[in-house]
Amino acid sequence: MLEIDWFLGLSAIMFSIGIIGVLIRRNAVVIFMCVELMLNAVNLTLVSFSSFHGNIDGQIFVFFALAVAAAEAVVGLAIIIAIFRNNLTVDVTEINLLRW
Amino acid sequence: MIVYLFILLAVLAIGSALAMVINKNVVNSALFLVINMVSLAGIYLLLNAQFLAVIQILVYAGAIMVLFLFVIMLLNVEDEEKLFDKFRVKYFLAFILGAAVVGQIFYSIAGVTDMLPEISSNMAEIGTIEAAGDVLYTKYLLPFEMTAILLTAAVVGALMIAQYKIKKG
Repeated sequence: MLEIDWFLGLSAIMFSIGIIGVLIRRNAVVIFMCVELMLNAVNLTLVSFSSFHGNIDGQIFVFFALAVAAAEAVVGLAIIIAIFRNNLTVDVTEINLLRW
Repeated sequence: MIVYLFILLAVLAIGSALAMVINKNVVNSALFLVINMVSLAGIYLLLNAQFLAVIQILVYAGAIMVLFLFVIMLLNVEDEEKLFDKFRVKYFLAFILGAAVVGQIFYSIAGVTDMLPEISSNMAEIGTIEAAGDVLYTKYLLPFEMTAILLTAAVVGALMIAQYKIKKG
């Protein structure tokens, strides 16, 4: 039978893959996709706790997190488009306007 | 049976996440992320969260990833040819840090593994659309309405940001 530890372990591994992706990739769009992956990993943790406790509040929280993630994706991609218009690149090592 | 299904979906999710990080082509990365979202929806089904499984496919694998692919095609971003062709200290440090994070989370999971609940008996009933809608429109009505305002604000803000042009002079 399934244990809750397995779901938490899968969520931890996916979160860490997202961290590695944010650290090693240089394309801003791919970094953004890795952040979405990390959000999904945390959602999996919330859903598994909610199901194993028999309490739906965690799943409702995931629903709101999904809505916020959709809004965040829209605004983030608009920012990436604006950066591309001014710099003609989405490589984060070449976008250094605010870098010290 | 259900254990094998979980292992299949978990391997698919982890494999597609790794492929997304390693792949040089940006479009292929986005498509691997779609595979990851779909297998995660399957895992939600194993947890009896049917409502969230459907929402995951509709919103994430459908809407958000289409938006990502649109932006990738629109910007015509080139592949990262230089990824992984020589050893860099940065990559090594990134993998060390990722391993450290996964070790920390595993350690904290192992510390509380006896206190975690057994599979609850009413698990099958709580994840249905009926149960979710019942709570969503009574107890969480105000946050639900706030979500509508948030999405409207996000659309207006995205239009403003994407149209804004710096005058070069």
